[in-house]
Amino acid sequence: MQQQEPDRIQVEDNDDVVRVRARVREAAERAGFGHVDQLRLVTAASELARNIRLYAKRGLVEILPVRKGNRRGLHIKFEDSGPGIPDITLAMTDGYTTSRGLGKGLPGSRRLVDDFEIESALGEGTTIRITKWLYE
Amino acid sequence: MSAFKVPILKVGDVLLVSIQSDIDDRTVVELQQRVLQQIERTSARAVLIDISLLEMVDSFTGRMLSDIASMALIMDAETVVVGIQPAVAITLVELGLELKGVSTALDVDDGLRILRERMKDKQRRRAAGADDHATAGT
Repeated sequence: MQQQEPDRIQVEDNDDVVRVRARVREAAERAGFGHVDQLRLVTAASELARNIRLYAKRGLVEILPVRKGNRRGLHIKFEDSGPGIPDITLAMTDGYTTSRGLGKGLPGSRRLVDDFEIESALGEGTTIRITKWLYE
Repeated sequence: MSAFKVPILKVGDVLLVSIQSDIDDRTVVELQQRVLQQIERTSARAVLIDISLLEMVDSFTGRMLSDIASMALIMDAETVVVGIQPAVAITLVELGLELKGVSTALDVDDGLRILRERMKDKQRRRAAGADDHATAGT
């Protein structure tokens, strides 16, 4: 696993969500992803960065190119110290929402990437890690 | 009034909305309000939203497009969204968004044609309806 400094973006306002989208697109393009996969990553990142704004107000996004064996990919971490998710299974259900949204954010972004990990503790915050792998 | 990022032009009976770059959520909400205000102010009968330059539509933007279409319809205006890129269509479906109630067309020309046909249909139906009432009244 190559170690490299991640690209860090503080998410504190709506413009930061736009910034996350732009930086994920750049990183995905640099990593060699095709157009559709770039968009899958950008869209998933947009959903998850918006969730930070929606539920925790502020948080941190880290974008990191990764390598595992001979596979390369892009890893993105979304971290906040917000209220946490009471029931992750429920939160991952299509159509379930506590924000009057569509309830597509979490389950939808999981469908757009290869790996999706979610860790959350009530009152402590939420960390979501997504990875998409290049198929060469 | 600060410069609004999304131009809304009126051409004939149609409001042309062209989203030309990635916009933040607040701008999307403002766009919704501005389109509805313009329908009221200009008595536009249709809205054409061109998203061919929009590189990403996520669940929030998607819902706003559906909402604009539903709200415009309540104000008696038809909406067509044009220029959805193939990759955007793919991610929308994977995300689980159907853009319910939103009519789509390939490009602006196609969208305008569809809107004009619909407006004509509507007028015809209304004229027919008015005749029926007139006959029923006599």
